[in-house]
Amino acid sequence: MARIAGVDLPRNKRAVIGLTYIFGIGKTTSIKILTKAGIDVNKKVGELNDEEVASIRSIIQSDCKVEGAMRSEVQMNIKRLMDIGCYRGLRHRKGLPTRGQRTRTNARTRKGKRKTVAGKKKAIEKK
Amino acid sequence: MSRSLKKGPYVDPRLQAKVDALNKANQKKVVKTWARSSTITPEFVGHTFAVHNGNKFIPVYVQEAMVGHKLGEFAPTRQFRGHPGLKSEKTTSPA
Repeated sequence: MARIAGVDLPRNKRAVIGLTYIFGIGKTTSIKILTKAGIDVNKKVGELNDEEVASIRSIIQSDCKVEGAMRSEVQMNIKRLMDIGCYRGLRHRKGLPTRGQRTRTNARTRKGKRKTVAGKKKAIEKK
Repeated sequence: MSRSLKKGPYVDPRLQAKVDALNKANQKKVVKTWARSSTITPEFVGHTFAVHNGNKFIPVYVQEAMVGHKLGEFAPTRQFRGHPGLKSEKTTSPA
């Protein structure tokens, strides 16, 4: 079982895809790592021998920020925005989309499950 | 789309001149400005700007972490007063 950075990689997937199961590694980084290690991207994860796994591991260790470190970096970035009180930070605080999307409808990813507000008779819309 | 790197960041030239003058004189004065689209440069750090939000001027004290953002990001133009027709008035967060 190939276990890298605390994540079990799927055995029957190609190495490029398998590496993307690690948080912080996408396809681009994955390809970079494999070319640096000199491993064929089409090789299945299960077919990698210990030596290859070790080399991948060492490359990730030295070049990439993954899993916990990556997650905390993302959190730090968001925290920074919230601390300086800029518009994006305010949106993060309120749990609303930060990039100017509409919120009249949709935006469910940020807002979460619909919370129905008890229906009052529709008031005349202002603004 | 992000701004071309060739042009460099946009800094309002008049605002920049005012800040430079303040820095030269080693003064701290509130700078009233409408230049919301102006990028905050490292020279701005430590100054207070009164940024117009369309209605009034919001005091913005520039910290180091704000460099690279625009002045307008710190002076919200909208005020959320709760949803229309809702009885319980929620207090809005201070601007």
